[in-house]
Parts: sequence; C-alpha cells; structure tokens
Amino acid sequence: MSVYRGDEEEMDMGADRLRPFLGKSSDPVRNEVEKRAIRKFARAIGSNNPLYLDEEYAQRSRYGRLLAPPTFSRTFDYGSIPGLDFPRDGLLHGEQAYEYFRPILAGDTVYCSMELTDVVEKQGRSGAMTLVVFTYRVLSEGGELLERSRSTLIRRGQGEE
Amino acid sequence: MGTRFARGETIGPVSMPPVTRIQLVQYADASGDFNPIHTVDQFAQAVGLGGVIAHGMLTMAFVGEMLTQVIGEAGDLLQFSVRFTDMVRPGDVVTCQGRIERVEIRDAWEIAECDVSAAVASDRTVVQGKAVFRVPHAT
Repeated sequence: MSVYRGDEEEMDMGADRLRPFLGKSSDPVRNEVEKRAIRKFARAIGSNNPLYLDEEYAQRSRYGRLLAPPTFSRTFDYGSIPGLDFPRDGLLHGEQAYEYFRPILAGDTVYCSMELTDVVEKQGRSGAMTLVVFTYRVLSEGGELLERSRSTLIRRGQGEE
Repeated sequence: MGTRFARGETIGPVSMPPVTRIQLVQYADASGDFNPIHTVDQFAQAVGLGGVIAHGMLTMAFVGEMLTQVIGEAGDLLQFSVRFTDMVRPGDVVTCQGRIERVEIRDAWEIAECDVSAAVASDRTVVQGKAVFRVPHAT
C-alpha cells in the first residue's frame, strides 16, 4: 500500500531500472477472505447481489458461503518483489485481465503473489510512456490456482509538475 | 438443441448511479488502493489529470456486476479483461453494455464470449473489453 508524500522527488520509473526484476515474484502472502471485507467491497461498488451480502442466502446457494465479486482479489496483499521499490502514486491503470479457475469464498485462506511480467517503453498520443505489467496469482491453501490476473500500469514520460 | 445465449444478443445497457467522491473514498478503503489521484484533487492536478478520477477498477467492477447478473447463479465467469480508455470523474453516470460474439456447447456447459464496454455521458467509452462465461446447458 502506497502513501502519498508530497515533497518526494519524482521516482525514477525508467524501464532500465525495472528490467532486472523481470520474471521475479514476491513471496506468497497469506490472506484471509473475510465476510466483512466482501460486504464492504460489494457496497463500495454499488452492488446489491445477495451472494456477496446476505450470508443466509449464500448458504442456500451452490457456494454455501459469501462469494467474492469478480474484482475482489484487488483487496489482497500480494507482498512485494524483493529489492523492487515501485511507488504507484500518479500511475494510470491501462489494462486489467482476469482468468478465473475457482470461486473465492468467505472463510477461504489464500496465498497471493505478484510477478513483474513485462516492461515496455512506448510512444503514445501524449508522448513517451512506460507500460509495466504485473501478474497476480491467488492460490488456495492446497496450492491450487484460483485466479490469475494481469495488470498494466502506465507512467507518462513527461510529468506536468 | 437451443442455447440460452445467441450471437449478436445484447447485454444491458445498465446505468449506475453517478459516481461520487464519497464512493471513491469508500472504494479506496475497501480495495486498499489509496493512489491519491482518486481522492486528492491537488495531487491529481499536479500530475496533469485536472482533478480526481475514479479508479478504473471501480468501472471494471460495474461491468463485472452486469456480467454476474446476466450469467446468473448457476453459471461462472471464466475470463474478464478490459482496457481503460478514458477517465471517469465524480458526477459521471457509467453505462455498461455488452454483446455476445460467440456461443458454443462444451460438455454440459454453454460457453459464451462477449464484448463489453462502459461509457459515460454522450457515449464517451471509458472501458472496453471481453468476457467469457459459462452457464449450464439445458438439454
């Protein structure tokens, strides 16, 4: 989780600084899927889906427990890639892609990790930019892959400061 | 044997209530994404955004809700990907929609691929993507 420090110098986001970390992953972090966190997330996205909110309803469903919404895995702690200091403040989110293998349910314990997958320098409409792609994995306690996602972050070359 | 979904069939449109600043703070808190471009105007202005913008993931979640409703409780979302093409700002009404592009039967499942998108007022597209889902195939 990043904290804004207004007096901080602009971080060097150069592709060259990131490349040595390509293919490197964080150590998996244990996360508990809490009912309260699911409900809070569901409310924040304006959902009234009873599978996310109503425990009795969820118990009668095929899931048996509260279900996490499709983008809920955003809330997990994925740890950090050793040695890679990567502040996200000011970055734009370019793309997000999920593959779902098994539902994530309240009461689950999951293990989450992130990997630096790609670093691309590009000329965009508004000038130079760096695209940074991370792959996120959510595994069950038994080591089964529940979900994999890819997130592309964009740093615009010229900051307007 | 008929399928529940058909190529060319539209999904939605579904409009969400206007995005509010309070919602962006709630989403930051619920998701742990405290990037100040979503909550601190001065910061968003300093990086050239002209004011706070909504989390792209919030808009993606709106599209996810539409998909979940369409799929129903017996089905599963298998893949869901988007590109964030433009910004959503407080006050914007996000309208989500989709279109079935392909349907096939595999074992006991009907598998559908669809294009999805979200737009704000005057049809400015903010999210464009694809989803694949399955529903039980009624035999």
